Amino acid sequence: MTTTAPKTGTAASAAQPAGPPAPSGAEGARSGVALRLAGLRRAFGGTTALDGLDLDIAPGELVALLGPSGCGKTTALRIIAGFETADAGELLVDGEDLTGVPANRRDIGMVFQSYSLFPNMTAAQNVAYGLRVRKAAKAERAARAAELLDLVGLPGREKHYPHQLSGGQQQRVALARALAIRPRVLLLDEPLSALDAKVRLQLREEIRRIQLELGITTVFVTHDQEEALSMADRVAVMRDGRLEQCAAPGELYERPATPFVAEFVGTMNRLPGTVREGGTVETLGRRLAVHGTAPAAGTRVDVLLRPESLRVTGGDGAAGEPAERAAAEGGVPATVRVVTFLGGTTRLHLTTDEGAEAKADLPSWEAAAFTPGTRCTLAAHDHTVLVEETAAR
Amino acid sequence: MAGMNLTATAPRGTRVRRRPWGSFVVLLLAAVYFLLPVAASLWFTVDDPAEGFTFDAYVKGLGDDGLATSLGLSVRLGLATVALGLLLMVPTMVVVALRLPRLRRVVEILCMVPLIVPPIALVAGVSTVLSWEQDLAATPFYRTFQLLQNKSFPLVLVLVYTVMSLPFLYRSLDAGLRSLDLKTLVEAARSLGASRTATLCRVVLPNLRPAVVSGAVLSLAMVLGEYTVAKVLGAEPFSVWMVHVGEFEAQVSVAAAMLSLLITWGLLLLLTNLAGGRARNRRKTTA
Repeated sequence: MTTTAPKTGTAASAAQPAGPPAPSGAEGARSGVALRLAGLRRAFGGTTALDGLDLDIAPGELVALLGPSGCGKTTALRIIAGFETADAGELLVDGEDLTGVPANRRDIGMVFQSYSLFPNMTAAQNVAYGLRVRKAAKAERAARAAELLDLVGLPGREKHYPHQLSGGQQQRVALARALAIRPRVLLLDEPLSALDAKVRLQLREEIRRIQLELGITTVFVTHDQEEALSMADRVAVMRDGRLEQCAAPGELYERPATPFVAEFVGTMNRLPGTVREGGTVETLGRRLAVHGTAPAAGTRVDVLLRPESLRVTGGDGAAGEPAERAAAEGGVPATVRVVTFLGGTTRLHLTTDEGAEAKADLPSWEAAAFTPGTRCTLAAHDHTVLVEETAAR
Repeated sequence: MAGMNLTATAPRGTRVRRRPWGSFVVLLLAAVYFLLPVAASLWFTVDDPAEGFTFDAYVKGLGDDGLATSLGLSVRLGLATVALGLLLMVPTMVVVALRLPRLRRVVEILCMVPLIVPPIALVAGVSTVLSWEQDLAATPFYRTFQLLQNKSFPLVLVLVYTVMSLPFLYRSLDAGLRSLDLKTLVEAARSLGASRTATLCRVVLPNLRPAVVSGAVLSLAMVLGEYTVAKVLGAEPFSVWMVHVGEFEAQVSVAAAMLSLLITWGLLLLLTNLAGGRARNRRKTTA
């Protein structure tokens, strides 16, 4: 955890550094352009969709815009594409201001959420459409279409019409079509959301492979955190038209800047605690360090802890009274309510004797000792935590 | 016996498929309802009480100069109406669908008005306006009024028919537009570098083709059969000529009606095939 939670939960976005870190992996292959969003604002009637969005994207980097519905991520993408105009702010691609440039003169490729292939054209004609607009020779168009269909894993489907392709295949063709014009920036607007889980998983790996192979600067909008974390070099979490945090997936998960990010990315427990002297907070029967400036001693706070940061001991067959065991083990007595098997891990839903509810993830082999009703000890692993004043909720 | 065995061995719960007699009866009734008047008309044209079976009515009708002239005028009026109607409605509806979706209801109501206003009321208004011609003799509008009422090709009919065809065009185009994700298609084309005109011509129109053809077919059929407006405005397209001939030669008039039926069906079939051609080509390509 990097900072103490602000009372509003949004102020951390202002402190977000504008410059992106060097993208990890395959740097040498990258040849994309830099993209800069500076102070973008956009309102629809009385609703503010973007409220001064600042974001720098390095050449060849894949940045995922992640956030709940209505957070402004799609508006940001549409402003980059040229389908929306910002009320204020700048959009720079490779240093060139594209703010007033129409969509068809931006050289920005886009893959849409819904199937967007032209139904009257074959797969090859769809892929070659952008080149046809640019008056490329017929032979060149055909060769490029074949090359890109091969790249997206659809060789031999040149003459298929969209209605003869599955959803996954259509999105592959849409990706090939967007790449055919050699765009300066590639925009992906939830391209996998209409696909079934297996195809989605397969296609997201392929999109990442192709993006790394071509080294193209890419902005990927999604509301699926798993997609964002698995594909992106950096994930930009948005809320109410502003950037909450933009960081590498690992950093975002391990050191969320705000309670919103902490709870939006992954699962988070809110456990009651009291701030003590020395920048610590007491929760689950022990003291943990608060990252950043802790509120005044005695303040009642919510302590944010991930399920894997909790420890559950005891279980069926454990000897001794639960309260005594808990005191000895540095935790609090609790009761298992629900056990959810998740494969490699099992999630225990617990209620402490004080009435707090928590979720804890254990390796499945270890969780076998717990069944609904089991009395146990719930404790926290020793690390710094993010806290939010209880009154701020 | 075989039937009994089959029944005996059919698994429990399997429903025996029964012949859809009800559907056949409905189909038969519909066919009788539509074909009986046509058959009766056909019989009337070839049956002469004095001479028996004869094609004289058709020979006379085809030999009348008025047939070709009036039919030619009707077809030209129909094609001009379709062209003007599409020119007006396609861009309007695309713009409304893309940019002004809130106006969709307003456009719909406006386009449906001709269904509510009887043609006789419409043409009464038009006649009143045309009667201003003499008052405008000293102005440049006089020439325009004359041009509108040109006997060889009365443009005023095209204008009135275009208004009357709005409900057909609106319904067909609206259905076509609703079946497309127009906004995404247009944005996809724009992101690939296409201008607005190129997007309309290469992406929107080809995908609206069935709707355009459907609207055109309905409008054309309406124009070919329209009588009231043409008669009141003093023009003589095919429908007016047919009634005129029928006043003194009933058999020739009905024979002409039969011929017009064939011609209209032929035209509609041609247009429908044009719309379906691409779909068939797609099937052939991927077969």
